[in-house]
Amino acid sequence: MKNLGVIFKRELASYFATPLAYIFIVIFLVLSAVFTFYLGGFYEGGQADLNAFFNFHPWLYLFLVPAVAMRLWAEERKSGTIELLMTLPVSRSDMVLGKFLAAWVFIGIALLLTFPIIVTVNYLGSPDNGAIFTGYLGSWLLAGGYLAIGSCMSALTKNQVIAFIVSVVACFVFIVSGFPLVLDLFSSWAPQWLLDAIASLSFLIRFDAISKGVLDLRDLLYFISLMAVWLFATAIVIDLKKAD
Amino acid sequence: MIKINSLTKRFGAHVAVDNLSFDVQPGEVLGFLGPNGAGKSTTMKMLTGFLTPDGGSASVCGFNIQTQILQAQQQMGYLPEGAPCYGDMRVKGFLEFIASVRGFSGAEKQRLVARAVEQVELQGVLNQSIETLSKGFKRRVGLAQAILHDPKVLILDEPTDGLDPNQKHQVRNLIQQLAGGSNKIVIISTHILEEVSAVCTRAVVIAHGRLLADGTPDELEARSRYHQAVTVALEQPVDHAPLLALPGVLDIESQREGRLLTVLAQPDAVIFPVIGQYAREHQWPVKELSVERGRLDEVFRRLTTEEAA
Repeated sequence: MKNLGVIFKRELASYFATPLAYIFIVIFLVLSAVFTFYLGGFYEGGQADLNAFFNFHPWLYLFLVPAVAMRLWAEERKSGTIELLMTLPVSRSDMVLGKFLAAWVFIGIALLLTFPIIVTVNYLGSPDNGAIFTGYLGSWLLAGGYLAIGSCMSALTKNQVIAFIVSVVACFVFIVSGFPLVLDLFSSWAPQWLLDAIASLSFLIRFDAISKGVLDLRDLLYFISLMAVWLFATAIVIDLKKAD
Repeated sequence: MIKINSLTKRFGAHVAVDNLSFDVQPGEVLGFLGPNGAGKSTTMKMLTGFLTPDGGSASVCGFNIQTQILQAQQQMGYLPEGAPCYGDMRVKGFLEFIASVRGFSGAEKQRLVARAVEQVELQGVLNQSIETLSKGFKRRVGLAQAILHDPKVLILDEPTDGLDPNQKHQVRNLIQQLAGGSNKIVIISTHILEEVSAVCTRAVVIAHGRLLADGTPDELEARSRYHQAVTVALEQPVDHAPLLALPGVLDIESQREGRLLTVLAQPDAVIFPVIGQYAREHQWPVKELSVERGRLDEVFRRLTTEEAA
């Protein structure tokens, strides 16, 4: 674990060494404002909560998080620095976790910069700030889930565009797995427990609960184990495909 | 030391490294020779832990590369082919990152970075981002990264490939400096043969993943048909046929309309004195008379193409 911090620092700094970080943050803030105020009807709802804000996060992240995740490994592979990194005395878990945490913290920074919305809602009414805090936590966890999936997809290819598209599709599957769109495929033949299992994989259902301020330990565990599984898969994929 | 024992690597049906075995002792500068695709880089990638062998084993300073790779990696400095570096980082930041990864911090880290910077002369570009550097400088950043922790084993994959003659000279000087008098192991892969004569104490030739020759550069040169050959440059052509009758002469090659003769010697024969004497006695208009040590490129070509045939 001793190199986790070193990898994390280098990765996080590399976001801000290029315009990528600033572009991402600006687009994230603009889009979340557009979604909240126009599509979400924040004012029209007349409620002192941030549901209009959080409701769109699963869809906002669907495109923005894979855009951050796509470079995690694909770029190392493309530029050949993966050979440098993997011949340094760094354990596989330090590499995978360090890169993931840097990207996750980066998205967290973008998320924190939406704080004016908290100020606004507190100015307009008296919201449940505990619920808002839980909503932010849930949103960050959700981003972590997307990011872990994207990390694995990025490890599969040296082409960032492919990594992006495949991540979007994979994340989309996790969003809609609780919807009739997916469940109908299984409902005619699969047993009920399998249907329940598939439905319980859905990001949306889990996130919905947390974003409304209900922090269930099971939902927390869901996101954490989801990340752990995809990051473990990332490590395996890197080992299998490092030389391609 | 490095021990390589029946190391094998396959990519699908293609065998890139085929039962390769050899040892490298401290103090040796090993030139790893072979045509493109011979398996040089693959072998180096296995030694440094980037690729996993499909068969055989190897150890670096006593650490098995399959079971103790992190310890082995601590002992090694590695310059991958093309010297990949994080382009968006500044030179100083990059070298500090490498030092941190290698477990150094504080004043010790600064000292090591400063020393590596001095050794490869990077002082002028410390605050430039790596992607804006010229090829020669990028290569030097790669070298600085490899030598930063003063490793016992230095593995350089084509360190001079694509550099201009001055830069090649610099890199070679640097390698000699690093290896000179120390008990380090340096392994350099190359297909430039002058480099081997210039810096290596030992040369290993491989093709198709198999070991073809292993010896000092002098020994390899001795395997050339030009070893101990005598080159005679003349003002005008002469009748050289009688030379064939002299003891030890194997053959004569004539170039530039007979004004440049290469007299080949039979194995182990020294023919320079007799040729010189003959030329004097017959008053040949000799401009230049010299003995060849042997041509590495000819040995290399013969070894590697015979293997293919």
